[in-house]
Amino acid sequence: MQWEVVIGLEVHAQLSTESKIFSGASTAFGAAPNAQACAVDIALPGVLPVLNRGAVERAIRFGLAVGAEVRHRSVFSRKNYFYPDLPKGYQISQFDLPVVLGGEIAILVDGAEKTVKLTRAHLEEDAGKSLHEDFHGMTGIDLNRAGTPLLEIVSEPDMRSSKEAVAYAKELHSLVRYLDICDGNMQEGSFRCDANVSVRPMGSEKYGTRCEIKNLNSFRFLERAIEYEVSRQIDIIESGGVIHQETRLYDSVKDETRSMRSKEEAHDYRYFPDPDLLPLEIAQEWIEKVRGSLPELPAAKRSRYVSDFGLSQYDAGVLTSSKELAAYFEDVAKAGLDPKLCANWVMGEINGWLNKEALEIGQCPISSRSLAGLLNRIQDGTISGKIAKEVFEAMWKGEGEADSIIEAKGLKQISDSGALEKIVDEIIANNPSQVADYRAGRDKLFAFFVGQAMKATKGQANPAQLSEILKKKLSA
Amino acid sequence: MFNASLKDLSAMLSGGKISSVELTREFLGRIDALNPEINAFITVDIDKSLMQAKLADAMIASGRAHPLTGIPVAQKDIFCAKDWLTTCGSKMLSNFVSPYDAHVIERFNSVGAVNIGKTNMDEFAMGSSNETSHYGSVKNPWDRQAVPGGSSGGSAAAVAARMAPVATGTDTGGSIRQPAALCGISGIKPTYGLVSRYGMIAFASSLDQGGPMAKSAEDLALMLGLMTGFDSRDSTSLDRPVEDYSRDLDKPLDGLRIGLPREYFAEGLSADVEEAVRAAISEYEKMGATIVDVSLPNTKLSIPVYYVLAPAEASSNLSRYDGVRYGYRAKDYKDLTEMYEKSRSEGFGAEVKRRIMVGTYVLSHGYYDAYYMQAQKLRRLIAKDFSEAFKQCDVIMGPTSPSTAFNLGEKGDDPVQMYLSDIYTIAVNLAGLPGMSIPAGFGKNGRPVGLQIVGNYFSEAKMLNVAHQYQKLTDWHLKMPAI
Repeated sequence: MQWEVVIGLEVHAQLSTESKIFSGASTAFGAAPNAQACAVDIALPGVLPVLNRGAVERAIRFGLAVGAEVRHRSVFSRKNYFYPDLPKGYQISQFDLPVVLGGEIAILVDGAEKTVKLTRAHLEEDAGKSLHEDFHGMTGIDLNRAGTPLLEIVSEPDMRSSKEAVAYAKELHSLVRYLDICDGNMQEGSFRCDANVSVRPMGSEKYGTRCEIKNLNSFRFLERAIEYEVSRQIDIIESGGVIHQETRLYDSVKDETRSMRSKEEAHDYRYFPDPDLLPLEIAQEWIEKVRGSLPELPAAKRSRYVSDFGLSQYDAGVLTSSKELAAYFEDVAKAGLDPKLCANWVMGEINGWLNKEALEIGQCPISSRSLAGLLNRIQDGTISGKIAKEVFEAMWKGEGEADSIIEAKGLKQISDSGALEKIVDEIIANNPSQVADYRAGRDKLFAFFVGQAMKATKGQANPAQLSEILKKKLSA
Repeated sequence: MFNASLKDLSAMLSGGKISSVELTREFLGRIDALNPEINAFITVDIDKSLMQAKLADAMIASGRAHPLTGIPVAQKDIFCAKDWLTTCGSKMLSNFVSPYDAHVIERFNSVGAVNIGKTNMDEFAMGSSNETSHYGSVKNPWDRQAVPGGSSGGSAAAVAARMAPVATGTDTGGSIRQPAALCGISGIKPTYGLVSRYGMIAFASSLDQGGPMAKSAEDLALMLGLMTGFDSRDSTSLDRPVEDYSRDLDKPLDGLRIGLPREYFAEGLSADVEEAVRAAISEYEKMGATIVDVSLPNTKLSIPVYYVLAPAEASSNLSRYDGVRYGYRAKDYKDLTEMYEKSRSEGFGAEVKRRIMVGTYVLSHGYYDAYYMQAQKLRRLIAKDFSEAFKQCDVIMGPTSPSTAFNLGEKGDDPVQMYLSDIYTIAVNLAGLPGMSIPAGFGKNGRPVGLQIVGNYFSEAKMLNVAHQYQKLTDWHLKMPAI
C-alpha cells in the first residue's frame, strides 16, 4: 500500500529578552546553577509574576511576520503538574486564548513552493533543569532556565515528508532570527522541535493516530526521528497492528524513537486562567508600531534577489537563509560588482570555507569589503578566477588584502598582448607537430596550447586574451 | 496606655512623653503575660522588635515621623517578613524564615513602625475559627471557651486583648471582618487591588486582600493610608492616587442612604445579633440616615461559588509546597512521588487538604465547565447584585456574622456549618468590594457582635466616615475584655 505521511510541528523558540518572562532575573546562558533564579523563579511563598513587555513585543513581531492575527486580548493560564524543576507546581502558559492565531509560512522543497499553515503561537515560561549526574543517586535542580520566555509555535498537520518538516523548521529558524526574537541556538536549546507524526493510506481523508516525538534539537535529528517513526508506524500497521497515541522520545545515539508515556498516562493539567495576571491587552497602536519596525523578511528578500539581481530561486534561497549571510552578500554586491559573481563566491568559497572550519558568517575572516576588493580584480581582469582562489586562500589565512597579495606574489594577470603574443609565438615554434595536427582539424589540441601558455605564464595569462591570440596565430 | 488610640500614641511619641522602646516593651510585656493563654502570636522576637523601636526613636528624634512611626504592629503570619519565621499557620512552612519583605511589611518598615510579632491564623488562611492552625487554636479574649474567628483570629485577639494597638489581616472570604466582629474590634477589607499582594502568601489570589485591624475606624484610616498604593510587583495592584482615608471622618451623615439587604436578615441569623445590628441602625437613623430596603438575591449562591473558586485557586497556589526547595520535607521516602506524597500529607492539615482536593476536582478535565466556569458566571451575577443595590443606597449594612463567637470545637466536625458562618462576608470578596466590621454591642452570651458596612468600589473613606460617626456616638469599640 502507498502511505501518506502527515506531520505537524510544535516549535519552542526561546525569546531573546534579557530578563525572564515573569521576573527580573537574567536569561543569559551558562551561569552557575541557580545563580540566575530570583525569588519569583524559585516560587517563594508570596511572590507574584509580572509580564515582561519585551516578550509580548516579540510575539507580536512573529505574528505580523507570518500574517497571523495578533489578538487584542489573550489570557495566561496555569498548566498544573508536579515536577521538581517546575517550582510553582504549574507552568504559566496560554491555553484557549493565545496571543497569535493563524498565519502561514512558505517553504521551498525540491524547487516547489508550499505553504504551511500555522495554528497558533503562544507565550509561556520555560521550566528549570533536573541534573541527574554528579549527585550520588540524588537529583540536582538548576532553576536558571525557569521562567525563560518561550514562544510555542504550532503548525497545522500540513507537512507530508521529513524533508518538508525540515524545510519548515529551517524556514522558521531563519525567520525568528531575521526578526531578532530568538538567537536560534539549537545546542543551547533556544529552538526546540516536537513533531506530531502519523501515516494514512494515500488518498484517505482521515488522519491516522499520531505520536508526538519530543525535544528534537537539530534539523538532522528531526529528519531522522520522523523517518524512523514513519517506518515504525507503517511496519506496525502493515503487520496488522494499531498505532497508540503516545509521546515518544528520540534517542539520537540509537537512532530510534521510544515510548515516553501513553495517552492514558497523560497528565490532566487542570488549566485555568492565572488569577495573578490580568488578561493581556494589546492595543492596535502597539501592533502598528511593531509593524513599522519589522525588517525585510526572507521571502521578500528572496524574490528581490531574483528580480533585482537576476539570481536563481535556489541561489536566492541559499543567500537569504540567514539574515547575516544575506547582509554579507548585499555588502559585497553593492560595490558595483556583478551580482552573479558575488553570489557564486559567497555561496562557493565563503560558505565552503566557513563550513570546513565550522564558523558562522559573523566570524568570517574575510570582510565583505575585502571580498569585494578581490572580486573587483576579477572583474577588471587583473587576475583570473583561478588565481583569485589562490588569493582568497591567502586572504583567509590573514595575509592581507587582495591587492597586496597579488602584488607580493606577483599574481597579476598578463594582459599585455605583446607579451602574450611573444609567448604564443614561442609555443608554436616549439611544437610544430601539434600545430600541424591542430591545423589539420584536431580542435581538441587547443586546450594543449592554452595549458602550455598558462604553464609558461604561471597561470597569470588573461584567459580571454590568450584564447583570442592563440586562435588568431594558430589559424594563420 | 495600652488602651490608647493610634492618634494619642503617636502624639505621645512625637511629644517625647514616651519612647518607642518603652511602648514596645509595654506591649511585649502584655504579650508575655497574656499570650500563653490567648495564643494570638506564633512568633515573638523581642530583640528584633526592640531594634526596630530604637530605629523609630531615632527617626522621631530627627523629626521624620509618620503617625505610625514607633507604633507596635502585630503582623499576620501570612505576610513574609525578612529574617522572621513566616509560617502561614502551617507545619509546611514551620521552618520557613523569609528572605524578603512583603510589600505591606515594607510599607510599615519604611515609616519606622515596629513589628511586635507574627500572629496566629488558620492554616493558609483557610478557616473561620482559627482552629486549623498548626500552632493551636487562639482563644477569644472575651471568653476562653470561644473561637476568635478566622482566619485573622490571632490579629483580632491580639488587638482585643490589647497585646498590640493595631494589627494586619487578610480577607479572602471574611477573614478580617469575621474575627474583628467576634473579638469586638474594627477591621476593613479594602477594594480588591488596593493593597499589594506581593509577599502575602496566596490562598485564593482573585479574592485575597490585606487590610488593617484596630480598635477604631479612626485608627483603621491611618493604617489603610499606609498599606494601600500601587506596587508594580503585583499585576493586580491598582495604579491610583494615594488617598487620605481620614479626610472625611468627621463629615455628618445627613442624607446617608443605608441599604439593608433583606437576605441578610433572614433565616439563620441569631436573634441577639439581629437585635444588636438593628439597634446600631437606629443610631444611624438618629444621625439623619435613611434606610432603604435592598435585595442581594444571589447571596445564597455565594457560598457554593466561593467553595468552588477559592479551592480551585488554592489547589494551584499551594502546589509550590512540595518539599523540594524550602519548607517541610518528609524524613523517609523511596522516590520522588513518595517524597511529594509524604511531605504534603504530613505538612498540610485536614482543612487545607480538603480544599486542595475540592479544588483539584473542580478543575479536572470533564468537570471544569460544570464547576469552575459556572462559578465564574455566578460570580458576575453576585457582583451585579451589589451594583444594582448601590443604585439605591450609599452603603449596605447588616450583620458581619450570623452569630456571636461559637465555642471551640463546636463546628469542628462539620465543614459546611463552618462555611455557613461566612454567609454575609463572602459575596463582598467575590464582588471585589470593600467591607468592614465594627463593634455593635454584645450577644446574650456576652460575646461581641459586629456590624458590617459594605461600600461601593473605592468608597473606603466614606465607609470609615460612616463607622467613625457611629463610634463617636457609641462606646462599644472602647469596651475591653476582662483580662
